[in-house]
Order: sequence, then structure tokens, then C-alpha cells
Amino acid sequence: MALFLAPLSFSAWDDINMTPGVNAIAQEIFGLHMTIFWICVVIGALVLGFMVFLIIKYRKKEGVEPADFDDNPKLELTWTVLFALILVGMAIPATSTMIKAYDDEEGDINILITGHQWKWQYEYMEDEVSFFSNLTTSLDARNNIAPKTETYLLEVDEPLVIPVNKRVRFLITANDVIHSWWVPDFAVKQDAIPGFINTAWTFVDKPGVYRGQCTELCGVYHGYMPIVVEAVSDADYKDFIQGKRDLKAQQALLTEKLWETDELFAIGEEVYLKNCVACHQVNGAGIPPVFPALAGSEIVMNDKSRQVEILMEGVQGAAMQSYAEQLTEVEIAAVITYTRKAWGNDAGGDGEIVVPKEILDYKNNKL
Amino acid sequence: MSAVIEGHHDDHHHHGPAKGISRWLFTTNHKDIGSLYLWFSFIMLFIGGAMAMVIRAELFEPGSQIVSPEFYNQMVTNHGLIMVFGVIMPAFVGFANWLVPMQIGAPDMALPRLNNLSFWILPAAFGVLIATFFMEGGAPNFGWTFYAPLSTEYAPPTVTYFIFAVHIMGASSIMGSINVITTILNMRAPGMTLMKMPLFVWTWLITAYLLIAVMPVLAGAVTMMLMDIHFGTSFFKAGGGGDPVLFQHVFWFFGHPEVYIMILPAFGIVSHIIETFSRKPIFGYESMVYAIASIALLSFVVWAHHMFTVGMPIAGELFFMYSTMLIAIPTGVKVFNWLSTMFKGSLTFETPMLFAIAFVALFTIGGLSGIMLAIAPADFQYHDTYFVVAHFHYVLVPGALFSIIAGVYYWLPKWTGYMYDEFMGKTHFWLSFVSVNLTFFPMHFVGLAGMPRRIPDYAMQFADYNMIVSVGAFLFGLSQLLFLYVVLKAIFYGKKATGQVWEGAKGLEWTLDSPPAYHTFETPPNLESGEVKA
Repeated sequence: MALFLAPLSFSAWDDINMTPGVNAIAQEIFGLHMTIFWICVVIGALVLGFMVFLIIKYRKKEGVEPADFDDNPKLELTWTVLFALILVGMAIPATSTMIKAYDDEEGDINILITGHQWKWQYEYMEDEVSFFSNLTTSLDARNNIAPKTETYLLEVDEPLVIPVNKRVRFLITANDVIHSWWVPDFAVKQDAIPGFINTAWTFVDKPGVYRGQCTELCGVYHGYMPIVVEAVSDADYKDFIQGKRDLKAQQALLTEKLWETDELFAIGEEVYLKNCVACHQVNGAGIPPVFPALAGSEIVMNDKSRQVEILMEGVQGAAMQSYAEQLTEVEIAAVITYTRKAWGNDAGGDGEIVVPKEILDYKNNKL
Repeated sequence: MSAVIEGHHDDHHHHGPAKGISRWLFTTNHKDIGSLYLWFSFIMLFIGGAMAMVIRAELFEPGSQIVSPEFYNQMVTNHGLIMVFGVIMPAFVGFANWLVPMQIGAPDMALPRLNNLSFWILPAAFGVLIATFFMEGGAPNFGWTFYAPLSTEYAPPTVTYFIFAVHIMGASSIMGSINVITTILNMRAPGMTLMKMPLFVWTWLITAYLLIAVMPVLAGAVTMMLMDIHFGTSFFKAGGGGDPVLFQHVFWFFGHPEVYIMILPAFGIVSHIIETFSRKPIFGYESMVYAIASIALLSFVVWAHHMFTVGMPIAGELFFMYSTMLIAIPTGVKVFNWLSTMFKGSLTFETPMLFAIAFVALFTIGGLSGIMLAIAPADFQYHDTYFVVAHFHYVLVPGALFSIIAGVYYWLPKWTGYMYDEFMGKTHFWLSFVSVNLTFFPMHFVGLAGMPRRIPDYAMQFADYNMIVSVGAFLFGLSQLLFLYVVLKAIFYGKKATGQVWEGAKGLEWTLDSPPAYHTFETPPNLESGEVKA
């Protein structure tokens, strides 16, 4: 026992209690939580204390006969009324907090949050900026090969950036199964449900990085889709949006470029390792039957157009989702090229590659 | 009815059980079937417990430990399903089979052949469920609450077997409930009016009605899933105009009464034990009955407190918050009644009493965290975290499971005719009591600090408490092996028990020998004449 407990360090109250949060509503919920908590502690202490008293005082003794009463209607009525009064006392502050938390007015900034297996997509409605947010914790860290950092499993490639001192409204939905978007510091936890748009909002006055996780079981990698929100000054926020727009313009230009196979293969490998390995595995063997193998797959080797279609549309009724929105044309072309060349697929199949222009054409034809 | 029984009695005087395996396969005897249910539940406890051990080993430290995330989800799902449907429920049905006829002075259950069928389809159901581990795609991995569309469009192919297994479990429960209700309403000894029934019989009468009301709802939910998966309907498919939230409403309309199905018989068991070892009649019998009935009725109007974050309108949030808080009133009444039963009693602390007192204390903790969870705005922070895991394990493990263990210690001498080893029983209690708190108490902390439930790996700040939880869980798991040992030792090497067994025990079952004859109360005891008191 001592062996296990020795390396433990019990630091702060924060580690064992709810966060007070960083905005007014979160602080109010925290206050409500503490009020109810202390009422429960007092009741619990009285009940358990009385029990200990009974255990000690009425232990069987020689010559002491037990009483034989079996009810006391007045007393029973009294404590029933007492319970009701305590509950009313709890319900009043709870109702007032509930009404404040459930405010549904439009925000200064409205962000559509879409849960995907197993990443979050953020779309800034007013600015037409959209991106995906993926876990960045390495497989080596998860498998205990590399050391774990402070932000283990709570770090992403692209955090959601919001400005401080603005009312930010979140419109929350999902693309496949039900997820739940939770940032404890904002006291926002809202299920992301396919076919529904739920709303929540926050108002942050302190710049900072706030972390949360998906809180609804959404499949194998439910534990690996964290949320990171960066609250920044208004100027930084404007820069961020501008940067995202510039990037989009640059990427559009890249589809016109003439691509070498090696170039695409290299980019494709990166894209594959980031987006595909969770299911299809590093060696392309997949985890059949749920996640099919790509190595030696007939489609990957010999049916280029079907493969493009799968990447762009997803597969109905399977875990494979559409990547049309998640990846750029270059990335999709590159990752297809990579799978057609890797693991001996080029030798076994037609070995054709896909260039970004083809993906762009696919998109345009669809429109 | 009684004429038929008399005639049968005259034809085969003093017949005992058949020999060999056929005794158990074809038995229609309530005592045999009660034992079958209890042993089945005991075996499932170790299977479901082994799954919990895998979960705690994986969560011992941050980082991947012993299983893949996929298998972890299968463990979480099947641990829940087995503990709920394979351990707690069958154990209570086992108690009902053994005790209801003996406590109301009936010769057997009203529908003995149905009783045999209710039991024997249960191992078939769990055989199907466990077989999915060896099928392509693996066992169900979508949590015991199996929310669509994770359990439909995105489920492994074995979900169909899961649906079949749930249907069989439901059929078993419904048949068992019909049997309990029929027995209680028709076969009470003359003079035993409803308000003179032992509390365990009362809790089961109400539980049986709950089961009959909600098991078909569960069957409906899984049937809709089946249709969505195989027959192209869109009950829960947003893409086809369906509604994934509908699933949660239907599931929890079953699920919340189900929670009380798992606790009401526990109230009955604990009431008897506290009464016996306080050597004093139960305090407030009538208010106990009304409290149980109110809890049962309220259980139908609180279901959406499991769904505070799905985006209900505020009126819905407030309604379900208030209705849920109301449940605290009858529950509080019960706790105070138990304490008042002990007040001015003459208490001794044999193993059943220790478990019963621990039940009251720890169930109270689970009840108080339940009130916290009912507060809808605060639930935004608690929902789907380890705080919830802590809450429902407090009401189900030191709650329902402790009552079952207490009941086994209490009635084991009656059932088998042999006393268990008191020292070993107490050792089992103290080990279980310490380790159950070591396991589930720190879960409140990691939950409040923000650890979501059902994750195979976690952020660094949750590491310390998770290690403590795992150590507690291993200790609790090992302690239950001791329980098995104590039971087996009593059966094979125990001292002979008297008919009365416990000094303060009252009720018809204690007027019988230990063990009771294979057929008891073939002629009902007459309570009106005052020869025997219930």
C-alpha cells in the first residue's frame, strides 16, 4: 500500500473540486454547487453522526429491554415537512441560476461546432472560416514510450480562438454519433446531436487557454477528442481570422501547381499519419471487419475513382466519414496517392496517382 | 386453488427433489429456483467483476496499460450490462423465489412452470451476450445505455445478438414479475392482509409492477434499433428524419424505474435485518409502504434528469429538476425510519447487521450526491463525469449489492441449515467496507475536477486519485472471493443452525426448520387464530 501511495502528491483544492470558472455564469454555478454541497455535508454528518450515536448507545446490554414503539405520526410528519422545506430552499437558487444559464440570445460572434468521430470542427459563421481540431498527443506518449506532458490528451493542433469581452454563442451539432462539448471553465456542456442544433454561450473577460473534453461516449477514440479554447484580445482575434482567410486563398492556388509523385507521397504520408492511422493503422492493415485494410485493397489498388468518391463522400453506415471539408484538395490527393503507392499497393495495382486538380474537378462537378 | 394442492399433496406424500442434474433443469420448486437464481447471480458477479478489474487495471496509470481502447469500451459496456441485468436483478429474483412464499405462508410460487422458464432463459440470454466477445467485430461497445446512433448505424455487427439477449432478459423479468404478483395477491395465508405483509414482500410487489410497466418499453427501444439496423427504418437516424434524442427518452423511461427496481427489494431486505438485530419492530411500517409506493410512482416522471444536457427547453429542465428532488422526501423518510428502528433498540452486530448499517450509511451518501445531481444547472458540470460514476456506484454497490450480501448472510442459515463462520463474515465485511469507499469515494473528486466517464486514458491531473481507486477496486474484488469462501464453508462445514437462527427474527420463514422441508406451508398457517404471528 505504502509503495503505491509514496509517489503521490496531493496538491490543490482544485484537484478535488469543481473549477470556479472564468465567467459570471460558471462562477454562479460554482457557488450553487458549493451551497448544495455544504447542505448535503451537514445533512450527511447529522445522519451519520446520529447513526454512530445509536450504534454506541443502544448496543445490547444485559438486563436492558428494547423499547417496542413502532411509529410516531407527529414526528414522521414533522420530518417529512422538514425535508420538503430544505428542498424548496435548494430549488429557489437552482431555478434562478438555471434561467440565467439558459439565455439564448444571439452572440456577437456565432460559432458552429460540429462533433465528428473523433475531432471537432469549428466554423465562424460571420467570417466564413472553418477548420478541424485534432488531438496532437503522440501515439508514443499514449503508449508510454515518450514522456507525458502537462497537457497530455488535452492538446490540439488548432484551438478554437475566441475574443475576450464579446458574447460568443456556440451552435452545437454532430455529424455522426452523439458527442458532447464541454469546457469546465465556461460551465458549458452541451450534447452535440446529429440532426439537432443546440445552443450555448460564453463571455470571457480574461485571455487564456481553457481545456475540456468530449463527454459523451462516441466510439473507440472518445477519450481522444479534447477541446482547447484560446481567449485572445480583439486585435489578436482579427489577426487570427485574417490569417485563416489568407491560408485558404493560398491553398486554392496550390491546386493549380504541377505536382511530382514524390512530393504528393511525402505530404500524403503526413496526412495519413495524422488522420487515418487510428482506424486503418500505420501498416494499412486496418482492424477488420470494422476498419477495412487498405494494403492490398482492390479499390485502393485498381479503382481510383471509387477511392476518390469514398474520401469525398464517406461510406454510409460505416465509420468512414467524408473528408471533403476536413482536408484540402492537396491533402486529399496526396493521401490517396500515398495509399496507392505504399505497402506494395503500387506493385499489385495500377499505380496511378491522384493530383489536386482532380479533387477540385470532383468538387466542381458536384456543384 | 387450494383444493388442487391438497389433492396433489395426498397423491405424493413427502416427495423430495429429483436426483442429479434433472432436479435443477426441470425443477418447479421455488426454493430450487431461488438457489439457481442466486448462484447464477453469484457467477455473473465474478464475470462482471473481472471486467471491472480490467477497467481499473487500464486506468491504474495514465497511458495505455493492458487493453486497447476498443476492448476497453467492450469492458465498460458489458460490465454495466452484466451487473445490472445479470447480478443485481437475478439476485433479487432469487430472494423473491426463496422468501415470498415462505413469508406469506404459501406452498410455492403461483406459476411454477413459468418460474422454471423465467430462470432457464436467463443463462441463454447471457450466453448469447458473452458469446459476442468471440465473434467478428467484438462485443457491444456502446455503453450499457447504448445511445443511438452509436448503437445502430455505428455499432459492431454483434449488436443484433445484443438486442436478442436484451429481449430474452426482458421476457424473463416480465414472466418472473407476473409470477410474483400472482403469488402475492392470491396465495397469502388466511389473515395476512396487505398491510400485514412483511416489507420485503411489499417491496417486491411494487418492484414487480415496475418491471411489468417498463420492460416492454426497453423491448420497444431495442426493437426500434433492430428495425433501424436491418429494415431500413429511421426511428433514430437523423438523416432519415428520425430523432436520436427519442432513443434517450424511451431508454430512460425504462431506465429510471429500472434504477428503483434495483433498490426497492434492497429496502425490504435491510428493513428486516435492522428490525431483527435491533430486537424492535420496524418503525413506521405504514410510512415505509407509502414511501416505497411514492418512489415507484415518482420514478415514472423523472427520467429526463439523465438528459439535462441534450438541449431540452427550460420548462423541461425545471420540471425534471423539481420532480427528481421530490424523490428525496420518501427516501429520507426511509432512512429516518431505519434510524428510528435502531433508536432505543437492543443492537447486536452480526455480519448481516453490519452490512445493513453500512447500506444505510453509504446509501445516504449516494442519495445526497443524487440531490446534487438533480440540481440541473450544476448538473451541466457533473453530467457524464466520474461524479456520476461515484453516485450510481454508491447506490448500487454499497447500496443494492451490500443489501444482497446482507440478505445472504441473514437467510443463508435458513436456506442451507448451516451457520456461516461469523469471524470470516465480519472480516469480509470490514474488507468490503474499507475497499468500497476507497474505490468509489475518490471518484467524486476526479469527477468534480473534470474527468469524463467512459474514457480509457486520462489527463495527468487525475493520476493520483485514479491509482487509489484502482487499488481499492482490486481489494474489493479480492474481498468478494472471501465471500464465496464463507458461503461454501458454511454449506460444507458449517454448524447446524436452529429454526429460529436469530434471536430477534420475526416472520413466518423463521417458524420453519433450517433448512426448510422441500415443500413448506402445504397447509397454510392460520394467522387469524393467533397460533402463528407474521
